[in-house]
Amino acid sequence: MSAISFLLNGTPVTLTDPPPTRTLLDWLREDRGHKGTKEGCNEGDCGACTVMVSDQRGRRALNACILFLPQLDGKAVHTVEGLRDPDGGLHPVQQAMVDHHGSQCGFCTPGFVMSMATGQINGVTDHDTHLAGNLCRCTGYAPITRAAEAAARVPAPQWLLDQTAPDFIATALAQGADGGANPRTADDLAAWYLANPDGRLIAGATDVGLWVTKQLRDLGPVAFIAGVEDLRGVDVTDDAIRIGATTTFADLLPAIAPHHPGFAVMLRRFASAQVRAAATVGGNIANGSPIGDSPPALIALDATLHLRKGDSRRAIPLADFFLDYGKQDRAPGEFVEAVTIPRQPDRLKCYKLSKRFDQDISAVLGCFNITVADGAVTRARIAFGGMAGIPKRALHVEAALTGQPWTQATVDAALSAFAQDFTPLSDMRASADYRLQAARNLLIRYFLEDQGIATSVLEVEA
Amino acid sequence: MSIHKPLPHDAAPLHVTGEARYVDDIPTPAGTLHLAFGLSTVAHGDITALDLTAVRAAPGVVAVLTGADIGHADCSPSNNDEPLLALGSVHYVGQPVFLVVADSHLAARKAARLGKIAYDEKPAILTYEDAIAANARFEEGPRIWSRGDAEGAIARAPRVIEGRLEMGGQEHFYLEGQAALVSPQEGGDMHVVSSTQHPTEIQHKVAHALHIPMHAVRVETRRMGGGFGGKESQGNHLAIACALAARLTGKPCKMRYDRDDDMVVTGKRHDFRIDYRVGVDESGRVLGIDFVHYTRAGWSMDLTLPVADRAMLHADNAYWLPDVRIESHRLRTNMCSATAYRGFGGPQGMLGVERVMDHIAHALGLDPLAVRKANFYRAATPAKSGPGTGKRYGGAHSPQAPAHEGPQSTPYGQPVEDFILHELVAELEKTADYAARKAAVADWNARNPVLKKGIALTPVKFGISFTLTHLNQAGALVHVYQDGSIHLNHGGTEMGQGLFLKLAQVAAHSFGVPLSAVKITATDTAKVPNTSATAASSGSDLNGMAVKAACDTIRGRIAAHLAERYQCATDLVRFGDGVVMVDDRELSFAEAASSAYEARVSLSSTGFYATPKVAWDRIRGWGRPFFYFAYGAACSEVVIDTLTGENRILRVDILHDAGASLNPALDKGQIEGGFVQGAGWLTTEELVWDDKGRLRTHAPSTYKIPACGDRPRVFNVDLWNHENREETIHRSKAVGEPPFMHGISVLMALSHAVAASGDGAVYADLHAPATAERILAAVARQRGTA
Repeated sequence: MSAISFLLNGTPVTLTDPPPTRTLLDWLREDRGHKGTKEGCNEGDCGACTVMVSDQRGRRALNACILFLPQLDGKAVHTVEGLRDPDGGLHPVQQAMVDHHGSQCGFCTPGFVMSMATGQINGVTDHDTHLAGNLCRCTGYAPITRAAEAAARVPAPQWLLDQTAPDFIATALAQGADGGANPRTADDLAAWYLANPDGRLIAGATDVGLWVTKQLRDLGPVAFIAGVEDLRGVDVTDDAIRIGATTTFADLLPAIAPHHPGFAVMLRRFASAQVRAAATVGGNIANGSPIGDSPPALIALDATLHLRKGDSRRAIPLADFFLDYGKQDRAPGEFVEAVTIPRQPDRLKCYKLSKRFDQDISAVLGCFNITVADGAVTRARIAFGGMAGIPKRALHVEAALTGQPWTQATVDAALSAFAQDFTPLSDMRASADYRLQAARNLLIRYFLEDQGIATSVLEVEA
Repeated sequence: MSIHKPLPHDAAPLHVTGEARYVDDIPTPAGTLHLAFGLSTVAHGDITALDLTAVRAAPGVVAVLTGADIGHADCSPSNNDEPLLALGSVHYVGQPVFLVVADSHLAARKAARLGKIAYDEKPAILTYEDAIAANARFEEGPRIWSRGDAEGAIARAPRVIEGRLEMGGQEHFYLEGQAALVSPQEGGDMHVVSSTQHPTEIQHKVAHALHIPMHAVRVETRRMGGGFGGKESQGNHLAIACALAARLTGKPCKMRYDRDDDMVVTGKRHDFRIDYRVGVDESGRVLGIDFVHYTRAGWSMDLTLPVADRAMLHADNAYWLPDVRIESHRLRTNMCSATAYRGFGGPQGMLGVERVMDHIAHALGLDPLAVRKANFYRAATPAKSGPGTGKRYGGAHSPQAPAHEGPQSTPYGQPVEDFILHELVAELEKTADYAARKAAVADWNARNPVLKKGIALTPVKFGISFTLTHLNQAGALVHVYQDGSIHLNHGGTEMGQGLFLKLAQVAAHSFGVPLSAVKITATDTAKVPNTSATAASSGSDLNGMAVKAACDTIRGRIAAHLAERYQCATDLVRFGDGVVMVDDRELSFAEAASSAYEARVSLSSTGFYATPKVAWDRIRGWGRPFFYFAYGAACSEVVIDTLTGENRILRVDILHDAGASLNPALDKGQIEGGFVQGAGWLTTEELVWDDKGRLRTHAPSTYKIPACGDRPRVFNVDLWNHENREETIHRSKAVGEPPFMHGISVLMALSHAVAASGDGAVYADLHAPATAERILAAVARQRGTA
């Protein structure tokens, strides 16, 4: 028997043997009768189900539709029902939404309100980025951002700040037959995975969640690993930047920004605030998706992947981890511990092309790390997502650049090498022709940007 | 006074606290069952075997129904051609084949995946070319409307320009998916709660499917989480399925589509291909024009005929087309059945002629706005003042037309009597600083080799009324209780647009009471019968007048009673500021109501309204389909990246005509939201079907509606705010659909930016949606590198 405990709108809740893939959203609506949290898409893309989840590390907005109950152990959850003040008055973001006509049909509104309330506490001022994971079809967002700006000018209510993470400690889960393991250390995880090599590791559940809600799959034995403390965090030394596997993208973004701002710029467009707060670097790598956004950037930075099985560890170039579509160099029971980036002068730019700027999956992601000394290219590391069945280096392009003068002529000469490196597919995101052409043009963009020419539509004003 | 005020949405406090109830939020009795469809996986074929053994054996399954079990339970709003469950053959990927009834939503969804269906596949008609080649169409042939001799005028014209524009459809992406809850009542009656824009249609179709009279079916709709036309007919299936299952099991039955199912099963905006040939003079004025519209209507008729008609009715937009011919092909394809979507064909037809204006300007080297203005209809003729307004139409911006010139007529013969775009566009040119900014864009482009800006100002003229004339009617039911509180009901539905608030403002104004005295209640077929869909932007026009009629009746009775009681003339009884003045005696409204009650005066009344003046022959394409036109204009500035096609909307200025706005805050909300939705249609919202007819963009992960950061950086929206010359509710104008078409300015601005990437020798020829990929291809054509 296992149990989890969390605070729901300030009230302690203990659930015994919760089904490990029961989502918070379904539990709230069907078991608890809290109908304020809405199901818009059931895949973490619309934000209608956004709730606030708090623990000792802070408060984040998360999508309840792809959040499994065991992930809440030891945390405090606030839903829209818990946002009025103790006297029944509206929370400042609720009042601002009323005052600024921020709701029309109202269905997305609870999710917006929860994102905004979280943002208000965390001092968010970039509302476009913070609210990119909340879709509204009625208002065109203008009144919502007016409300967010108004709410940001007033302090978060003290009563809500006082309702922090619970004072009880997360239960170190005894493993139920199918209740899901909840290891707290990498050693625990290694032991569990060795014993359950067919088991499924769940960190943020931002992809695995869809296997459950959309594919209706039975996951078998699962372990929830977001609570593994010694796999989390970014450690910067003189030689390397070590990123623990369960580091979320929300945590990676500010940590990497001082070292590789181009990486951070791309991460701002990596999914949404809700997803970045849950999704982990290890998950994004181990998942093996050809369109995961972190591997191309990490590969361009010459990252090393650290894998562990039981007590044995190995380190490989990250680029070598991706063997083929859906196939990675990972043995049963082996898991990602960390990825390390050698310290280097920053030359990284990451260019993400997608149909929509924010919260979209890349059609093409081009990451360029080209070192120039005395007017010549001394080293080139270029990796792409969306151009092959795996995140892949552009080895021929790199070779065409390396040792050549850093000029338009060199760039032009290197363009033909793209077709040697990549034969992309056509799909709903882009055609093969567009992918190849745009990939070439991204090298041109990198060069022109280096010459000080404006190339980003995001930096243009009317 | 409650009208003309920017009051917040009546349900806003409920929205922000999560207390607002949608269908899936309504508490249900224990034992409620949940439904899911098993869907076709092929686009066209005969079902040769249907093995549902595993479905029936799945945990929680109570019943499984097939077409053979229920026969033709029709879901079509028009043509009796949509059986709820496939009858032997399937016609698109996603067509419901069987129905699972289970003890939970998840159990029903899981079981629905277990069906084994074998097909004898047949060739699927998926493309325009397929359909044209197979002559697969609705109606016997194309609809053709014409005036004059377009062919001759084109032949005689100094310049002839021709081209083709393709535009995609659009997923509604209402945040609340389709949903219905049906509870069986005594005697076989059914109580239906539906997320629908058309409760009467739900009532009618459920009654039909159950072979019971409409009086045995009661439909309620408090609110929808968005509709946009997608809940005009597409909710029929869920309500009918629930009703059939409720009768079978005797239990309440609920159905809601998972988002992916919703996107695969339900219809979307019609995509269009428009071929055009236009003859113009050297100043860009149209002398003759020929349009051929093609639309892929999908597998069933649904609302395609009036949608395609409305596209033809907006082929002129704001422009006088002296000799004109419009041919419209409504093609039958093996795809989901395209349906109503905000604008209902109007945007598609309008985009056709806006594209023509853009193309003319390019061909003649003129400013596109100059070409547009040169082709505008003649300015409005002054109207007689309407009763009670005391104002001349037009106010400060009085029409400039010489008195001897009468109005010009649309291609379908309706005189354009209220044309205000000369003044409105002049005002927007000024406030948006169009000329100076256009010059600044050119300067900026000269300095920037990679990024290019574009700017465009486009007008909208949108016809207001249902083109099926008999739908232009509405009813209301108003009760005044003896404490002076008021119960308001009407035939319109609330989908976020604020209709309920507007009508409460009308009722409060009629009685001179504060808004809080009026209770807004769910749309209910048992209170107001035979309603039309809340569609065609008509909600407040039709229902507002019906509400006013009901209120005026009751107010008249109270006034007559008080006049008699206090022995004064009836016209000395006045309602306002929460009190009733009887000559110089002041009563609270509650006292007045109580007094009338005690005098045995009825304090309940229905109200009814039928739109005057409209008469329309859709086969001939001639008459007056519209009571009036709503106008507006938008100026958009964009920037594109010529290396990737990425683009941004930098600034938008909109001036929009909502008449004397009933609620300027709600109307601005419609304009801002409509614009962004329209811009989404023409930029990032791309529906992709593969060559098997499978929709590849069936979730928000792949189908991209605008996100927060996609709204214009600078977004200035103003109301024109002059009274409607026609006698509409407090002289307001309909506002639901017209602002959607301001999004066209974005496509035209993108076209301008693309042209700036080359020497302008070839036309930008930008199709919609103008995704980054399409823009990059257009840039390549400009630069001769395609």
